[in-house]
Amino acid sequence: MDWKKYLIVFIITLGVFGTALYISNSLNNKKLTDLRSIEDKLSIDILSSEVQYSLLEELSCKEVTTSVLSDELTSLADKIAFTEQNFGSGSDQIKQLKQSYSLLEIKDYLLMKKISERCGKKSVFVLYFYANEDTCPDCVRQGYILTELHDAYPELRVYSFDYNLDLSAIRTLISIYKVPSELPALIINGKVYAGLQTKEQIEDVLKLNLDTKAPAAKKATTPAATVPAE
Amino acid sequence: MQIQEIVFYGLSFLSIYVQIFLLITFIERRKEIKYRTGPIDLKNYPSVTVIVPCWNEEATIGGTIESLLALDYPKEKVNIILVDDGSTDNTWHVMQHYIGNPQITAFTKENGGKHTAMNLGISKTTTDFVGCLDADSFVDPQALKRIMTYFDNPEVMAVAPAIIVTKPKNLIQRIQKIEYHWAIYTKKMLGLNNAIHVAPGPFSIFRTQVFAKIGNFRAAHNTEDMEIAYRMQANHMKIEHANDAFVYTVTPNTVKKLYKQRLRWIYGFIQNTIDYRHLLFKKEFGNFAFFTVPSGVLSVISVCFIFFFSIYKLFSFIVEQTIKVSTVGISFSWPAHLFDPFYINTQAMNIIVITLYSTVILAMLIGSRMAEGRPKFSLNYLWFFAIYSVIAPLWLLKAVYNTIFAKKTAWR
Repeated sequence: MDWKKYLIVFIITLGVFGTALYISNSLNNKKLTDLRSIEDKLSIDILSSEVQYSLLEELSCKEVTTSVLSDELTSLADKIAFTEQNFGSGSDQIKQLKQSYSLLEIKDYLLMKKISERCGKKSVFVLYFYANEDTCPDCVRQGYILTELHDAYPELRVYSFDYNLDLSAIRTLISIYKVPSELPALIINGKVYAGLQTKEQIEDVLKLNLDTKAPAAKKATTPAATVPAE
Repeated sequence: MQIQEIVFYGLSFLSIYVQIFLLITFIERRKEIKYRTGPIDLKNYPSVTVIVPCWNEEATIGGTIESLLALDYPKEKVNIILVDDGSTDNTWHVMQHYIGNPQITAFTKENGGKHTAMNLGISKTTTDFVGCLDADSFVDPQALKRIMTYFDNPEVMAVAPAIIVTKPKNLIQRIQKIEYHWAIYTKKMLGLNNAIHVAPGPFSIFRTQVFAKIGNFRAAHNTEDMEIAYRMQANHMKIEHANDAFVYTVTPNTVKKLYKQRLRWIYGFIQNTIDYRHLLFKKEFGNFAFFTVPSGVLSVISVCFIFFFSIYKLFSFIVEQTIKVSTVGISFSWPAHLFDPFYINTQAMNIIVITLYSTVILAMLIGSRMAEGRPKFSLNYLWFFAIYSVIAPLWLLKAVYNTIFAKKTAWR
């Protein structure tokens, strides 16, 4: 018996296996770095919008860019959701990404709200609080519904927040709007809706706020999911 | 980590280990592998008896006999024994055409199974070497000479040939061709490690004394060619593989026939392994006990695992889609991130699977080089993986099922 061969093959296999794990790990880290740089870019974009808004406050509404971040935020949300699925939500890096993403969302929300108030634009803001599948079985459905609606109503801006994410700004949002712990919970233009809201229920609310009868003929340019699937 | 992940990593580690073991053997000993392309001369030409057991093989038996008569080997040194194992078709009639040829003798008997036909032939054998050729196979004219060179080593007790799929006509046969090429490589590597576990029905040649020493063929769950190899290993008899001695065999041309054949093979493997379990992991039985049989068991377990794992994934997918459809109806939107490299799955599991497939494809390419002189990659490789990953679990699971519930498999 050639035990040496078995040992050498074992070591080589270990090496191959290790290399595979290493490649996977470094590719995943690269993705995290990508996500972080997207967030950095977004945060500059938001800051820039805020500054632009302050500068132009005295001037015409036309000159304020109103549609800056929605698409990018959506695509970032998709990527974070995908990464979270693959890494498992336990990872600290994912948690950090989600935290800064949530902050970006809140900033975008506040800015857009100001712009739409000042310029009298018809917009609907949805703050969507979700939790993972174990504690909120309906959240998956709610996510699909919101994605569908976002595609149909470009004026709809959906911001999704992980209810259990450890972030003081989210806690503040929760206490301001008195978000119940019964999830999913939606806040549509400041009003709280607890539990799963069907497409029709949300559409009714939208129609009240938008004064329109049918969804916009033009489909939104981003068919991507708005809400992390978890 | 979840339990299925631990099992996944364990099985894939071992599977990669098996491929690397074979690859290291190849790298280490590739110089010893002979690739003879033309006719060769032997110092002497020992007499050989080739037994052709037949059961309802009227369509192919003629070609099989003709190929034996065309062997590049002195005619008076090749005896052919045809054994009709109670055929109900014209096999016996076809055999009559050859009566009178001094090389050929023919016997007919009541149907008793392939091993009984072989044993009848062995009892009539007077030469020092005896072989078998299934009546659905044809030998290359150079095959016998090339095989006989391995018997220059007095320790070698049997030599297995390289089996090639003859004239593949449809996809099922074309993917088997790739598989058989791959098997030539694997068999050769096992041979170099003295760890072969099958002496296949198409044209394995034995020293006749093997049967005197360890007994004749047995029913062995309809895999007598595997059992004899197990028994030879148990008796420390060396089996070689002649990678350039080609035998062309007719392979199943439908999924159903392939399923039946493989069910018999896998069931036979499991049963013979159970019968010879006392050899497992015993030092004295060498690589056969530590590598060949364990890696066979590993492949059975792995395929079963992958099957259930895939079913589980498919089930989750269906549940997810059902929830989606029941919530927002049927809607199809082209995935926006189809071409975004970010969404390429770089999970460790995926990279490991890619690594494993790479080692397998490499092995297949080496096999194709050994069979055809140069590695040849074709679309059939993709078909091979696509089709086998669906149908292989079926016969594997059925074989396991039959083992657990003690059901026997049929030849046909």
